[in-house]
Parts: sequence; C-alpha cells; structure tokens
Amino acid sequence: MEFVQNFPFLSIILSLFAGPLCSVLNGKWARRVNTAVISIIGIMSTLVLGNVISAGRPYVYLMGHFPAPWGNEIRVGILEAFMACFFCVIMLLCMLGGIREREAQIEEGKQNLYYVMVNLLLCSLLALIYTNDLFTAYVFVEINTISACGLIMIRQTGRTFEAAARYMIMSLLGSGLLLLGICHLYAVTGHLLMSNIRQQVQLIAATGQYHISLMVALGLMSVGLAIKSALYPFHAWLPDAYGYSTLSSSAILSSLVSKGYIFLLIKIFYRVVGFEVVRESRVVNVLFVFGIAGMIMGSVSAIGEGNLRRMIAYSSVAQIGYIYMGLGLATEAGSIASLYHVLSHGATKSLLFVAAAGLADASGGSDRYGDITGAGFRNRLAGVAFTVGSLSMVGMPVFSGFISKLLFAQAAVGHTHKMLPTVIALAISTVLNAVYFMKTVIRIYTRKPMGLSGMGSGGAETGRVVSLSEQPAKSAALVCFILLNLILGLNSDPIVRLIQSGIEMFE
Amino acid sequence: MSRKVPEETYRKTFSYRFRQWLDGTKDPFLNQVEMKKQKPFAESEEARKRREQDSKALEAKVYDLEHNFEMRIFNRIYRVFCILFCIFLVVMLLAAVSDLPPFGHAENPANNEVAQRYIEKGLEETGAVNIVTGMILDYRAFDTLGESHVLFIATCTVLILLRRDGKKEQEEGQDNDRLYEPKNDVILQTVARVLVPPILLFGIYIILAGHLGPGGGFSGGAVIGAGLILYLNAFGFAKTERFFTAKTYRRMSFCALACYSIAKSYSFYTGANHIESVVPLGTPGAILSGGLILVLNICVGVVVAGTMYTFYVMFRKGGY
Repeated sequence: MEFVQNFPFLSIILSLFAGPLCSVLNGKWARRVNTAVISIIGIMSTLVLGNVISAGRPYVYLMGHFPAPWGNEIRVGILEAFMACFFCVIMLLCMLGGIREREAQIEEGKQNLYYVMVNLLLCSLLALIYTNDLFTAYVFVEINTISACGLIMIRQTGRTFEAAARYMIMSLLGSGLLLLGICHLYAVTGHLLMSNIRQQVQLIAATGQYHISLMVALGLMSVGLAIKSALYPFHAWLPDAYGYSTLSSSAILSSLVSKGYIFLLIKIFYRVVGFEVVRESRVVNVLFVFGIAGMIMGSVSAIGEGNLRRMIAYSSVAQIGYIYMGLGLATEAGSIASLYHVLSHGATKSLLFVAAAGLADASGGSDRYGDITGAGFRNRLAGVAFTVGSLSMVGMPVFSGFISKLLFAQAAVGHTHKMLPTVIALAISTVLNAVYFMKTVIRIYTRKPMGLSGMGSGGAETGRVVSLSEQPAKSAALVCFILLNLILGLNSDPIVRLIQSGIEMFE
Repeated sequence: MSRKVPEETYRKTFSYRFRQWLDGTKDPFLNQVEMKKQKPFAESEEARKRREQDSKALEAKVYDLEHNFEMRIFNRIYRVFCILFCIFLVVMLLAAVSDLPPFGHAENPANNEVAQRYIEKGLEETGAVNIVTGMILDYRAFDTLGESHVLFIATCTVLILLRRDGKKEQEEGQDNDRLYEPKNDVILQTVARVLVPPILLFGIYIILAGHLGPGGGFSGGAVIGAGLILYLNAFGFAKTERFFTAKTYRRMSFCALACYSIAKSYSFYTGANHIESVVPLGTPGAILSGGLILVLNICVGVVVAGTMYTFYVMFRKGGY
C-alpha cells in the first residue's frame, strides 16, 4: 500500500486529535493550530485525489486488524477525496473571513472552545465523507450535530440561544429518525457495512420479503437527513441559526454542515440501498415534491425579509430545494447536477455571508435593509463580491450557479413525468431569486439621498468607508471566493466529469 | 455494679449525647450546618400582572397575531395535522415492526457470520474475556473513538453555555450556591466519608476489569463521577478544588483522548498496512491482557468521570 493511501485516515485522526488539543491552548494558539490542521488536511486530500484518479479505482482502508464486516473500514474514491478537498478549502476561507467578528463576538476565555468545535466538525465531516459503515456514520453525525450547536450559541445573545435550542431539537429529531432507519435496516439485513447491506438489500428486493420494513427504513433515513439539512417544510430552525450566529459559523453551517448530510444521503442511496431500489420506491418522489416546494417557498420568504443575513439564509432553503429536486429526479444526471450544486452553493453561500458582513462593516455594523444603502461604494470589494455571489445565485453565465441550473435543466429533459414541473419550478425560482438578489444589489449601489442623511432619526451618519487593507484576511477570503466561483463557472467540464466518474465508483 | 460518675464526665459520654438526641432536646444541625433558608417564592400582584401582560404583548408583537393571516391559518390547522400525523406515524411504524423478523429467532438475518465470529473467535483474537468489550474497543474501536469524543464535545458545549468567566459572576455563583445546598451537613459528611472511598475504588475496579467481566470505561467512569459528585456535595467546592479544577479536567481529558487517538492510530495504521502489531494479547483472564483494551478503557473512564463531574459543577455553579 502506498503511503498516500494512509492520508484519509490520518486526516480524520489529525482533526480529531486537534479538538482536545485546542481545549488546553489559549485562543490565539488554538487558532493557529486550527488553521494549520485545515491546511494540512486540504493538502493531504489533494494528494489522495491525485492518487485515486491515477489509480482509477477506489480502495478500502481497514481501521484495525480485522477485515470488513467485523471491523470498521473507510472507503476512498474520487468523489470522496474531491469532497474532502473542497470542504477544507471552503472551511479555511470561512475561518479566514470571520476572524474579526469572532474576536469581537466571542468571550475572551471561550475563544479556544470555538476552535475545538471547528476541528471536531471538520473531523465529523471527513468521517461522514469517507465512512463505509452506517453506524460509524451515525456516531459522527452526533459529533456534527453537537459541534454545530456549539458554533451557533458561542456568540452569546438571546437570539442565538433560541436558535441553538431550536436547531438542537430539530436536529436531534433528525438523528433519531436516522438511527431508527439504521436499526430497521440492520434488522432485515444483519449488516452495518454499506457494501454488505447492499448485497442483502438486493436479495430482499428480488424476493419481496420485508418490503415494508425496507421502505420504512429508507423513508426514515431520508426524512431524518432532510430535516438535518433543512429541506423545505423542516427549515424552521435555519433562518435564526444562520442569521444571528457569528460570521464564520453561519458560513460554515450553510455551506458545509448541511452539505455533509446531503452527501451522506447520496451515499446511502447509491452505496447502501442501491439506486435501483431507491428509484422504484416512492421516496424520491416525495423528496422531489418537497424540493420544488422549497425552491419556491424559500425564495418567497427571502423576498419578504428585511435583514440581509436572514435573507441569505432563506435563500439557502431555496438552494437546498434545488439539490433535493435533483435527487428526486432519480437519474444519474440528476444526481450529478445535485452534487455540482452542492459545490456551487457551498462556494457561493459562504461568499455571500462574508460579503454581507463586509457591507455591514461599512454601515455601522447593521445589516438591516435600510442601513446598507450605498454600502457598495463604501466597501468596494465586498460590494463586488456580493454582486458576484448574487449573479451566481440567480444563474448568470460565467458564474457557477449558471452551470448547476443548466445541469438541472438538462437532467430534467426527457424525463417522462418530472420534466415539466422541474423546468417550470426552475423558471419561477430563477425569477424570484433575481427579485430579491437584484433588489439588494441595486440598493447597495444606490447613493444615499443627501438630504436625508443629515437628519435621520438617531443614527445620522452610520456609514464609513472600509478600505481594502483594513481587514486583509477578509479581503483575501473574498478574492479567493470570487476566484473559486469563476473557476466553477468557467471550467465546469472537468469537474462534472470528476463527479461522474466518482458516482460510477460508488457502484 | 454501677458507679456514679461526676456530671461533667457524664456529659461527655456517648450515651448522654444519645439520650439527648432521643429526647429531642438538642438539634444536631444547630450551629453545625451552614445554610440559608430558602425564601418562599412570592410575587406581588402588580409584578405578576406586569409579567403576564409583557408576555402577551411580546407574543402579539413577535407573531403580530392581529394581522398575521398565515399564523391564524396555521393555528387553526395545526392541531388537526398533529393528530393526523401522529396516527400516520404510529400506523406506519407498527406496520414496519410487524413486518420485521421475529425477535430472538435463530433464522434472523442479524444472526449471521458477523455475530458468529465475535462469539467464537472473540476471545482468541482480542484477548478479552468480555466479548462486548472486545467488540467495542477492538473490532469496532473507531466507533468508540468517535463516541468518547461525543462526550468531550458535549462538555465543551456545556462550558460555552454555562461557564462564567468574570470574577464577580463567580463570586455571585458561590453565594447562590449556598441557597440551595446546605453546607457541612454532619450526616451527609459522615456517610460520604464512609462511602466515597469504596465508590471510587469500585469504579476503578470496574474500569480495570472491563476486559475480564461486565464493566468497562463507560460504566466505571460513571461510578467514579458519581463518587466525586457525592464528595463535592458533602464537603463543598473548597475541598474538591484542591485537586480538581477546570484546568485539571482539560488536561486530563486531553491526555486521555490523545492517548486513545495515538494508541488506536498505531493499531489502525498497522492493521491497514498489514504490519504485525507488537502489542501482545497476553493470557486471557489476566489483568494485563487484551492488548490495548486496558489502556483504552482507562482513557474512556477518565473522560466519562470528568464529563459527569463537569456537567454537575457547571449546572450548579458555572465554574470551578
């Protein structure tokens, strides 16, 4: 075995080790350790990706001395390695962009605990990506839930406590349903290892035995993970959690945590139950309907929102709807489009959150709608970045959002029943997206009427000019995000091919 | 034959005090226990009205009940949907359960080669007499590694939520602490003096014998944690803080988790690369057997004990 093949295991252990380590360090050192760990893991994942691509086939890695059904193992394919790499990049940029907010909003003595949470969150995401065992997945889902909760409430205000409580309740409900589903699946197959379950499920599906249990298990797991990733009717926890937590938390939560669960669901569809069985079950249709409802209702709620960050949060509901709609198509093209949208949304949503924070900086720290008028002139980079993010979300060519919408439409074409609803929903949702994003872009590029600025009620002149070098870390993060968006938008072919070969490796 | 002792000597004897106690002429708590009486909860009529009005006004403002069309509809159909949904869920789950293979049947899918190997070869391959311990700490040690970090991160979130850093706040906590828990309670202290050492020893025994019989890090750690909490209740923070503070907890759990991670990394690495592990399995039944299991059990025990104690302290005082 080549040494590179140890890297997935090493990256999981490294981030796991860094969690307790950060709890004994002070805030400053914890931050350094955290940055180093994320960067090292990113580099290692890139090397693993190169190795898997050149080898052309996935490999399993024993976690211990005992082979598969007895011991634990992880499995590394193209898609797994690519996702790990992408998650590290996004997480690094999110952490970079939110340094100043973290220092201002988190108590001095609790700074290091933030990095404990982030390290363990990264560890759980990596484990969710790589695992080949359903129960291991559940254990790391627990870590993911608790650390996400900590990330929300570490900014200690009444709003975040309420948001964290809500998140905890909804998310634990999701975990419970997932566990129930795993139990049912174990009872009818007798295995926890993904590949073994798949063999057994194929046998069961062929004979028709235990049909109800199998469907219930599939339904419970899908609904559980849908709740955790905020699919439309289960999104009540999302706006507060994303809207009021500290900047890096909301960026990480929106672009990584929910995506980890979606990736796990895709893995369950392909590697545990088998896509044929999923397609024949009606579960995907339910996901499809909810996805479409989310695309439209999320955008409608976003239009009525008066707070910039909460608006972006509601837009997440719509984007998660897109992803589930793609899965609901139950074709390989649909899944590819969904996975591409996972990337595109991950890169864009964190960009929007960081840019919104930059705009708020230039408007006296307020992200209410009325206050950000003309903020694009006061903080030029954030204005440009917000515009790029908005255009990408709306689906303008050149940016990443366009490609994912194109892929969704292509996947829908030729589908007997679902083509029309998909295309119509895409059209409506695009228009709605344009309404609220363009409204914001126009507002940030409108100069404040001079007559009003002098005699406003209370906060007369809230705005101030923010130069590029005032917060170098945030500026660097914004530039990187913009570049990432352009790369995803202009150079999509190799990435789509990568996703395709990754999905083929799932088989 | 009885002889009369002087009154003063008699007053010092046990029988005199016992008699006093029987007669009820002396209250053993008097001047012994430090406690403040809890004030009964009393709220003036005015304050109550204001509170009720405030909560009503808040609700009306947040949900804007008069103009909120959505909310009105929602309130109306909420209960109906609740009941319908519960019925649906119950029927669905009952159907699924009745479809499941019968409990404990020999032909069940769960009785397959996995369980068979655990039972038949578990002792030989892991060196642990207790198969369950062998399973969670050797066959599936990765899951347990994650599980012990779940405990750790749960403590961290509780620290975020409840720890008070300011000096003034901590003193306040110290004062409030006396409101609810009487201090220097003679009965509690005597009982604790007798019970705490055996409890701690028993916990240590459970941890150390985890691979030989029922027990292990999780249960033993819980017993030790309970012992520490009893000690704290009897003797107060001043005594426990001499040997157990937040710093101790952080260092201890870091060492335990790091030790677990490093030990298991070694065995994962050697296992995956097909290198022979140098850790001997030892004779089954001996205390030093079962490879790494003993070490891992101690690590888990330390984490669990610290977690329990920290939870208690955080909820009671918010710092230590």
